[in-house]
Amino acid sequence: MGDSAIKTSSDLQDERLIAQEGGPLAMLHSFWLRLKGGDLGSLPVVFGLLIISVAFYLKEPVFLSSRNLVNITQFAAPIGIISLGIVLVLLLGEIDLSVGSVSGASAAVMAVQIVNSGRSVILGIIAGILVGVAVGLVYAFLYTKLGVPSFVFSLAGLLAFQGVLLYVLGSNGTIALPSDSWLLDFARFKFLTGTASYILVVLIGLAFLASQLLGRRTRLKAELSAPSSTSVLIKAGLLTAGLGYLTYYLNLGRGWSYLWLFFALLVVLMDFALRRTRWGRHLFAVGGNEEAARRSGIKVNRIYVSVFVGCSTLAAIGGILGAAQLTAVSQSTGTTDTNLTAIAAAVIGGTSLFGGRGSAYSAMLGILVLFSIQNGLNLIGVDSSVRFMVTGAVLLLAVAIDSVSRRARSSSGRG
Amino acid sequence: MTTAPHHVATPVRESREIVLSLTGIHKRFGAVQALTDVHLDVAAGEVVALVGDNGAGKSTLVKVISGVYQPDAGEISLAGHPVKVGGPSQAQDLGIATVFQDLALCDNLDVVANLFLGQERTTNGVIDEVAMEVESWRLLRSLSAKIPSVRIPIAALSGGQRQTVAIARSLVGKPKVVMLDEPTAALGVAQTAEVLNLVERLRENGLAVILISHNMADVQAVADRIVVMRLGRNAAEFRTEDVSTADLVAAITGASDNVVASRAARSSAASKEQHDG
Repeated sequence: MGDSAIKTSSDLQDERLIAQEGGPLAMLHSFWLRLKGGDLGSLPVVFGLLIISVAFYLKEPVFLSSRNLVNITQFAAPIGIISLGIVLVLLLGEIDLSVGSVSGASAAVMAVQIVNSGRSVILGIIAGILVGVAVGLVYAFLYTKLGVPSFVFSLAGLLAFQGVLLYVLGSNGTIALPSDSWLLDFARFKFLTGTASYILVVLIGLAFLASQLLGRRTRLKAELSAPSSTSVLIKAGLLTAGLGYLTYYLNLGRGWSYLWLFFALLVVLMDFALRRTRWGRHLFAVGGNEEAARRSGIKVNRIYVSVFVGCSTLAAIGGILGAAQLTAVSQSTGTTDTNLTAIAAAVIGGTSLFGGRGSAYSAMLGILVLFSIQNGLNLIGVDSSVRFMVTGAVLLLAVAIDSVSRRARSSSGRG
Repeated sequence: MTTAPHHVATPVRESREIVLSLTGIHKRFGAVQALTDVHLDVAAGEVVALVGDNGAGKSTLVKVISGVYQPDAGEISLAGHPVKVGGPSQAQDLGIATVFQDLALCDNLDVVANLFLGQERTTNGVIDEVAMEVESWRLLRSLSAKIPSVRIPIAALSGGQRQTVAIARSLVGKPKVVMLDEPTAALGVAQTAEVLNLVERLRENGLAVILISHNMADVQAVADRIVVMRLGRNAAEFRTEDVSTADLVAAITGASDNVVASRAARSSAASKEQHDG
């Protein structure tokens, strides 16, 4: 894209503006400027994921086998869903330490409904999800009406709902889910592979291209700057090719698990809700400056209610799917490990602990990192004690990066 | 100030329709009586300046009008009808826009998001970024604003630029009354003049403008009427062309033009403070 085209758009007329519209090179340049300004986004995670992959691959080549990658994605999905809820809470600058316990309690309620009370699977799932909704409503009440800090009531919830899990399970301690139910089938044995998977990849690529081109046309019509069609095509091409290659590789094994696809769908929907709806915009505003949001007429309490309910509900869904994957609910379902993995994933994926900054995709990236590490350490036969230590260190690293990039942002004026 | 000659030619429009009218407003915080029997009228196409020392109750009054605080007693009426301003969003719906002193912007959001915060344009439930961006540029250009890009976070802007964004934001909802709380406090010379030009443009568009300021030069340059508050009460009210800076300062501080009156005013103020305290 030549210099002559640069000053035409009505939003790029200020002479102090360094950013330029147009081509792939300009895009790369502004990307570099963003990085220097501390707007790291998801780059450290992607980088970390690469290092992890290479390191484990060198030690144990099985790590990058398609079979193992299928495993990682399939088993990461339930906790990824829980982590998606954590992203919401973190965007408000709050925390929910009880998601693991809530997921366990919800799964237990579902199992009891299905196995002990003999209700249908769908009713059991609804009962489990309602537990999550109810917990979220109680949390929202505690926060908005009584002003209890989220750290405190979720810490209480961490203990209380672990108690609920034990109470609901009763004396036998473990409830096995019926092995012929569609839920277990969905969570364990359903995979998208072969032609159908490639059709999905092409559809995703086309949808991306269409939305980008449409957005570009509306912007140009409104005389605003827009990415050049070349860079749009390159992006769409890279996306399709990347997904296509991943699909090909996973198809050497069993392919994409339905569970992971469900998680990915939730992430995409959440990303859309966060970036393109009023609810999402208001959520970011409350996370950034609550007082400003309140004065703009945003119903701040409603945002809190929606977020706490959303987080607990996603925790319930994740717990139910996790139980289905393991075919049983036991006394250890959703204990501390789940909790911290879900929270760590959101932070590692790049959602700030300080509120107002992050994205739905951070849940996906973060959970991939954590499960890759756990899986890799298992493969090379490391004790679970080391696994915990490594996970802790990675979390610390992620928070440190978050804090440092926050400082870089404030010194380079990016908020 | 370049706007002064223009102002002299502008007649005070007392015959205009009263848009916002406050009578008998009381507000107390614990043991402090912040507002006592305050009244205020603003007409369409009129700039009313609200002046007073620190702690005179200006900001409290602004917050009462904008629905942040509820008055303990008194009546607010809009276009002749008594209204209850239950909260900031209700004030917006009623057509009362406020630019707060601390601007109330979200640092993590970009200019467009801040301009339309709480009033986002949507098509089929989806935020219409393009429409909002176009409207943002229109608004900012109408204020001759020097904002390099509307897609940068507020954190990247200077104080004056933030003020401009905050003022532009107040106009998004097509309000009837605009309140500006210390709009020029942190601005440079040129930017102050720009804000004053903007205030005049608001008046030309038939808006009722309430301008809170400490800066006498700004007030005298753009206001049609000046309402002086002191210790939470209406202390005096002037038509701008009838009043000198010295008169204003005297009314604000509670002093008059001779030493005896000033001593008397001082001692009465002191005794009243004792009573109130």
